Amino acid sequence: MFEYALSSLIFIPVIGFIVVMFLPKDNFGLIRWTSALFSFVPFVISVWLTYDYFILHSSSAAMVYVEGPFTWIPALNAQYFLGVDGISVPMLFLTGLLGFLSILASFNIVKRVKEYFAFFLLLIAGMMGVFCALDFFLFYVFWEVMLVPMYFLIGIWGGPRKEYAAIKFFLYTLFGSIFMLVAILVLYFTSEPHTLNMLTLIQTAPAFSRSLQIMCFAFFFIAFAIKVPVWPFHTWLPDAHVEAPTAVSVILAGVLLKMGTYGMLRISWPMFPEALRYFAVPIALLGLIAIIYGALVSMAQKDLKKLVAYSSVSHMGYCMLALGAYSSVTALAGCMFQMVSHGLITGALFLLVGVLYDRAHTREIAAFGGLGVKIPVYTGLMVLFSMASLGLPGMSGFVSEFMVFIGAFSHPGFMVITALAVLGVVLTAGYMLRMVQRVFLGEFNLAKWGGLTEINFREIVTVAPLAILTIAIGVYPAPLSNLMRATLENLINLMAR
Amino acid sequence: MEMPAYNLRIIIPEVFLFIWATLVILLDLGTGRKNTKSLGWTAMFGLLITGVLLCVTWGGITFNNMYTSDALSVLFKVIFLGAAFMAIGSSFGILTDKIKNHRGEYIGLILYSTVGMMFLASSSELISLYIGLELTTIPLFILAAFFKDDRLSVEAGLKYFVVGAFSSAILLYGLSLLYGLTGTTDIVQMKINLSLLFLSYGKIGPGLILAIVMIIAGIGFKLALVPFHMWAPDVYQGSPTPITGFLSVGSKAAGIIAFSRIFVNGLIAFADSVMKPLDWGIIVAVMAAAAMIWGNLAAIRQDNIKRMLAFSSIAQIGYIMVGMVSASELGIASIGYYMFLYLFANMGAFAAATFFGDRTGSDKITRYAGLSQSSPAFAACLSVFMLSLAGIPPMGGFAAKYLVFAAGIQAGYTWLVILGLLMAVVSLYYYANVVKVMYFAPSESIFDLKLSFTARLVLAIAVVGVIIFGVYPEPIIKFALDSATAFAF
Repeated sequence: MFEYALSSLIFIPVIGFIVVMFLPKDNFGLIRWTSALFSFVPFVISVWLTYDYFILHSSSAAMVYVEGPFTWIPALNAQYFLGVDGISVPMLFLTGLLGFLSILASFNIVKRVKEYFAFFLLLIAGMMGVFCALDFFLFYVFWEVMLVPMYFLIGIWGGPRKEYAAIKFFLYTLFGSIFMLVAILVLYFTSEPHTLNMLTLIQTAPAFSRSLQIMCFAFFFIAFAIKVPVWPFHTWLPDAHVEAPTAVSVILAGVLLKMGTYGMLRISWPMFPEALRYFAVPIALLGLIAIIYGALVSMAQKDLKKLVAYSSVSHMGYCMLALGAYSSVTALAGCMFQMVSHGLITGALFLLVGVLYDRAHTREIAAFGGLGVKIPVYTGLMVLFSMASLGLPGMSGFVSEFMVFIGAFSHPGFMVITALAVLGVVLTAGYMLRMVQRVFLGEFNLAKWGGLTEINFREIVTVAPLAILTIAIGVYPAPLSNLMRATLENLINLMAR
Repeated sequence: MEMPAYNLRIIIPEVFLFIWATLVILLDLGTGRKNTKSLGWTAMFGLLITGVLLCVTWGGITFNNMYTSDALSVLFKVIFLGAAFMAIGSSFGILTDKIKNHRGEYIGLILYSTVGMMFLASSSELISLYIGLELTTIPLFILAAFFKDDRLSVEAGLKYFVVGAFSSAILLYGLSLLYGLTGTTDIVQMKINLSLLFLSYGKIGPGLILAIVMIIAGIGFKLALVPFHMWAPDVYQGSPTPITGFLSVGSKAAGIIAFSRIFVNGLIAFADSVMKPLDWGIIVAVMAAAAMIWGNLAAIRQDNIKRMLAFSSIAQIGYIMVGMVSASELGIASIGYYMFLYLFANMGAFAAATFFGDRTGSDKITRYAGLSQSSPAFAACLSVFMLSLAGIPPMGGFAAKYLVFAAGIQAGYTWLVILGLLMAVVSLYYYANVVKVMYFAPSESIFDLKLSFTARLVLAIAVVGVIIFGVYPEPIIKFALDSATAFAF
């Protein structure tokens, strides 16, 4: 791997942002392909990084490809400090992949094209930064920087209630972030010598007083839980998802939500083990509520996109349950698997819903029926991902949920919670199958949907990689689990302090 | 009689700017009040020269410790000069169209006020501090009422004058009490005498409480600190927009440095809860909390951008006061850095409002609809200012808030910091609203603002300042930290 690989992941999209800003406004083709290039290069680098990490570094838990720490603002002890390990590499891969695919999926945008792609590239840069940063100040900057392009992307290109959804998303997330900021400042002034270095703080923070740990843990939790989103902080999500344009929904579900769980694994879990033991059961309960509640609400949805959005709440609930069962490597691996798998599956589902919406201009489930006759390829893909989402064996969703359940069941005292959580699988099957039945099976309304066209080549290109990966991970999950095993085992040791 | 040897080198910038201001007025008269642009450029050039002189001559004490030219004063003087520069730079439209007969006076008064601020920043003694404050505000009374035919402007001037005179009297009364207690007007000597008094008697009577309350009230009026803020929205709305910007940055910075010299230096010993009821820290903390709450909540409902920015600046003073109550090296440094970034973000926002007002004659936020399409660069600049004021990275406003709140946490004011951050979330709503109107709302009428060269220059300076000092704040923070050593903590 070359030097400054991580920086290039962050700054190539930033350069792309600047380049796109200077392109002529009306040359759509040029803007689209330039943006595709500037997201393709980071994607290639992220694939290479994943491969390189797997071959060379996956046997140890150490941070690799480290850059810095370079002095940035010495007066604040803020540093430019990047590095990755087994939990950030899969996330970078996911960001690279979904970023590139979303740009491809956005080629049909015709409104204010230049601004759209510019903001999108900035968004990718911010997400990459979050998964690489090892300095709190830097982490916080990336965490916030990403909100601005997201605000614009939802607000300008969104659906009918876009303005409401955009500001709700912005305010909600910022509300969470400020608690994180307080916690960061408190940690900074408590540590001696004052530091914002996450790795140092992971070593030293468990020695801080119990009340301080609990406070910091709770503050970080609010920030991360809003991002995940954990019930009851989830209400921004359906609005944002439904109003956002397709590609933005993909990024929201595929990457943004994972930043919450990633933050927990990276920061609060290893940093405050004592507080973690104190909060583990409530966290698992929140996960359980999210699983059941999300699934039940999904069942009641009439809008296809809203159904997928609420299914995200349910699916991220499995991650929270696994995070509650902090003593089990299997559970944490299940959490990581679920993060990757949900990113792939839900990303694909949003893309597919977008494909249908572009043609039919409605997402109402009841409006459709028997579409399998007219658009078989599309139907096949949609059914494939619905099955993946409900956890059909052979696909990644099954592997991740199975690991979560096994891991959580083995954690002391979690038997009942886990048993109840398994009900979620049944409910998921319920709403997914019902959706498939009502949209694709049954009688076809020729008069209404006779003009519907099949999914085109570009759209297939955007979902095909996701389908391949979903099946690949489902059939042979070993590489992914080997990739992060050492890191997770180290995490378990840190939490056991 | 022998003249004592004064070190006149360090007052060269102030003397120069004073002479230059007079020359500008004479130039206007000499050219038969015809020239607009050359007048503005002359003044801006004079400000640049003053800045250079300041860099060359600073460092030292003169007039028997009355006048100190330390790093802190230099930082604030740069802010004053920058504010005056941008205020004049954004006044070209007004000078051409609205002010026909008194252009020289308009510019000259801005410069005189700047001279007053610069004197104030260097005063280490109560009398000269008071005189500096008066020299700052008296030109501003006239400037606020400069649109003689506009009822709102005249009202603004009158209101500002009455409140200003009233608060000056209160302040002076407070200062005289302080003199009566300590027998000196020198701030450092006052600090020593107060501690001697305290050590010999164990407590200091209600005189000091009265002095503290009166000085807080007096400067609080100038700063528009809640509950002394009632005048601000009307004055801000009525005054010519560049003057509003100058008021909100320059004169506030002047108030801030006066406040910090008296309290964080002279009365530093009483910033401790042990000193109750003489503890000024808690009074200021409560006022800061009130300012953050009231300023932000009231700003939400404004549909006029000047009134919105008026309430926003009330809230911003609240944030700055968080740094003040910390009464530490980091606190003073955070105030310096905050004001420095505020200069770019707020002057930029007012400049943008000025240019929009010049073209459309309106200050309504809803009129900004669709600007992202018709004037993309303008919309992008104003968005950057709004996001910076809201404290979103990577804009400079974020690092500024971070520093202020860090100082607050360090000093143990965690409740104030959490409140401030919550209010920062609230503030995002109305700052983002401006962005929303420009970017999300469909364009009502497509028109190009056709910005003049000076308008572009001012906006460019402000935007570059906000972004560069946001991404790489180190030089300014370091200078601010060095300047904080002016006070012995």
